[in-house]
Amino acid sequence: MATKQRLRRTMMFIPGNNPGMMRDAHIYGSDSIMFDLEDAVSMAEKDAARLLVFNAIKTIDYGDTEVVVRINPLNTPYGKADIEAMVVAGAHVLRMPKTETAEDITECEAYIAEMEKKHGIPVGKTLMMAAIEGALGVINAYKIATASDRLIGIAIGAEDYCANLKANRTKSGIELQLARETIVVAARAAGIDALDTVFSDVNDEEQLIYEATLVKEMGFDGKSVINPRQIGPVHKVFAPTEKEIEKAKRIIAALKEAEAKGSGVISLNGKMVDRPVVIRAERTIELAIASGVLLPEEVE
Amino acid sequence: MKNAIHHEVSSELLKHLGLEFYSDNGKGKDCSTLNERLVKNGKLVDSLEAAIKKSGLKDGMTISFHHHFRNGDYILNMVLDTLAKMGFKNLTVASSSLSTAHAPLIEHIKSGVVTKIESSGMRDDLADAISHGLMKEPVIFRSHGGRASAIANGSLHIDVAFLGAPSSDVVGNASGVYTNPEGKSICGSLGYAKVDARYADKAIILTDNVVPFPNSPASIPATDVDYVVKVEALGDSSKISSGATRFTKNPRDLLIAEAAAKVIQESGYFTDGFSIQTGSGGAALAVTRFISEEMVKRNIKARFALGGITGQIVKLYEEGLIGKILDVQGFDTIAAESLINNADHIEVDGNQYASPFNEGSAIHQLDVVILSALEVDVNFNVNVLTGSDGVIRGAIGGHPDTASKAALTVLVSPLIRGRIPCILDRVNTLVTPGSVCDVLVTDQGIAVNPNRPEVKERLLKAGLKVTTIEALKESAEKVVGKPDPLQFTDKVVAVVTHPDGRVLDVIHEVKA
Amino acid sequence: MELISKGRAGTLESGDICVVVEKTDDAGIVIDLDSSVASLFGREIKEVIKKTVNDHGFKGGVKVTATDKGALNCTIEARVTAALYRAAESTEFSWK
Repeated sequence: MATKQRLRRTMMFIPGNNPGMMRDAHIYGSDSIMFDLEDAVSMAEKDAARLLVFNAIKTIDYGDTEVVVRINPLNTPYGKADIEAMVVAGAHVLRMPKTETAEDITECEAYIAEMEKKHGIPVGKTLMMAAIEGALGVINAYKIATASDRLIGIAIGAEDYCANLKANRTKSGIELQLARETIVVAARAAGIDALDTVFSDVNDEEQLIYEATLVKEMGFDGKSVINPRQIGPVHKVFAPTEKEIEKAKRIIAALKEAEAKGSGVISLNGKMVDRPVVIRAERTIELAIASGVLLPEEVE
Repeated sequence: MKNAIHHEVSSELLKHLGLEFYSDNGKGKDCSTLNERLVKNGKLVDSLEAAIKKSGLKDGMTISFHHHFRNGDYILNMVLDTLAKMGFKNLTVASSSLSTAHAPLIEHIKSGVVTKIESSGMRDDLADAISHGLMKEPVIFRSHGGRASAIANGSLHIDVAFLGAPSSDVVGNASGVYTNPEGKSICGSLGYAKVDARYADKAIILTDNVVPFPNSPASIPATDVDYVVKVEALGDSSKISSGATRFTKNPRDLLIAEAAAKVIQESGYFTDGFSIQTGSGGAALAVTRFISEEMVKRNIKARFALGGITGQIVKLYEEGLIGKILDVQGFDTIAAESLINNADHIEVDGNQYASPFNEGSAIHQLDVVILSALEVDVNFNVNVLTGSDGVIRGAIGGHPDTASKAALTVLVSPLIRGRIPCILDRVNTLVTPGSVCDVLVTDQGIAVNPNRPEVKERLLKAGLKVTTIEALKESAEKVVGKPDPLQFTDKVVAVVTHPDGRVLDVIHEVKA
Repeated sequence: MELISKGRAGTLESGDICVVVEKTDDAGIVIDLDSSVASLFGREIKEVIKKTVNDHGFKGGVKVTATDKGALNCTIEARVTAALYRAAESTEFSWK
């Protein structure tokens, strides 16, 4: 089932032309998996990859893992066929690469809706994610983030973005600072997730943890990964601290107390607790359980 | 008869006691020096051929070998080539195991030099040929403990043992290690070879490294040895033991290993002073990496580690996490060298390791064993010997020995290998009975044998997700489909024995 | 749909199946299969190939040469379909 609000600490990239990797991409515990029909697939193989991913999504049980597909842009010969195939297959989220304007999103959404209607699928079922990979996209971040109700998040794609900026990828990430900050702010203003870019050196765990920590502190919800080995370290970074967990537990307890009393007002330490705070506490508990630092029974 | 001090010793008395009367052979004492004696009296024989002649080997007899040189072994092929040239026929080859290096046996079988084989396993061309009906007599597969105890109790009688040793002195004190720079092919523990040397009618040591008397430490004492032959090379030393065994980087194996470590940690057997054995590669070895982190956290030390030893186990020992190492077989040069350098790294022979009959054998003192599996069925029976196509491709090793005595047996295996489901209704070859296999850890779920409800309870309480083995089997089938049954002929090409020597299963010829 | 040329799809990587589809004079569907799991799944793989070819409107006159490295049925179907459409030089695909 596709849901807008869920954990997205890690999204693992899987090339759409590699059937060996596609069959059990979900066993490594990433919150989402993303089948790539775009940059990972050569032009000669776009047709075959589309069929592989279509069949995989239709046949294989990926459990609770969110299934995302990165389609080709609408202005390529492949985009429309990608959208139709993935809508029929039942992909949870379609990721639009190189999003620059709100129109990129609305055009896409229109075609998705058309395909849903054509195939008798409830309109609105297929969700969307926008990848911002250039300067113009960063400038239009908020407009993009609010362009459709189907959007669950916006992501930054660092490689193309840096190339667009004529900057180099550095260890400190200074070249991505504005983009990251803009995307987090835009995502929060729009009420959707902010997702960070991949780090492709699988052997450099130290740098991976540095980047994940940096973006967590900036407010990001998660990061893309390209190898199962990266999942554990990123999950660890996004795991809530003991202090955060204790606070969340107290808020949930206060919520339960209020419900038991039949009261609409939740209070903790004499202060009123707002709904967003409660949602955040529930998210923290969910995250803690998913990270393995809390057992479900401890929150009964 | 009168003796030298004029005491009368009657022949009736001698007859009554069944003893003979002493008489001096008149040759006088040997007054040559030690060095002179080592040259003239040593058991060193000029050639393998000469040693074979001296040993009294005849057609139809049983010869034995060890597999401590693994894929790098030259000895078995060298000996058989020589025996073939000398015209021997109908020999039984009883090797502790056979590797991919032993494909030349096929020719010796075809020409009638070898008509029977006993081993822990076999691989590649030789295994393929035998699975397709090459031999008239079925192969007898024995576990390591099963073979050692069969040799000790006489049910496997060895006429001549041909034992390669990385070092030996001229009277036959032989070892799997050496301290001189001329040594070329260190292998570590000679645990399996020790048993052969002790019980064989004749034992021939083949070495590429003759060292001064007394060779120490000596795995095989000179008193168990009849002849020593110097050869150019024992094997390809890079394949005998390479530098250091690395932990796998394969994400699937690591996933399995991490889950298996959690199972052990919550099983109730993870306490200070526990004992452990694990396999030498892939997921099984990687378990120790995860467990050691937890051992440090909880301040738990292992009393001993057992089995085939790698540098990773030595590392844990040197970090103070393992008290003693009981080593029956070394897998890398670090393990081999540790045998020389570390006082609590102890060589044990096949019976000390895994005799099923004697409570003193180390497996009787095992808390936890981690074992791989090729196939597991819904009753937890395990196959490690034949592949999904029915062809022999592995070895029993110490699988049923350790599984049957350890307090907790943890099997590790992926759910699916390629398109092959690893969990079946029934395994194709029964190597280890399911009643002794306690937990199966796959990359997609954990199942506990219903006969260990207390272990399942503990895992559930600790928050681990436990499913049933039937559910695992079904999820595998959902992905790959249900395989067609294999086709065999009526011909039995091998029997699988239990460690106690009784027949567990038969392997049939694969239909071409 | 008519087969015009030889259509190829797939690789020899583990989990994949390399498929070549071409027109043949034979009245039926000819399948030449080399599989790493032949004894266990050979029969089923051939069935999947045949069904896929049938589903795209061919009752016969098609030869499929396949080298399988343990591909799942969904992969086999995808590769055979891709090869068929490449052989037919067509992109008129209907998604269901």
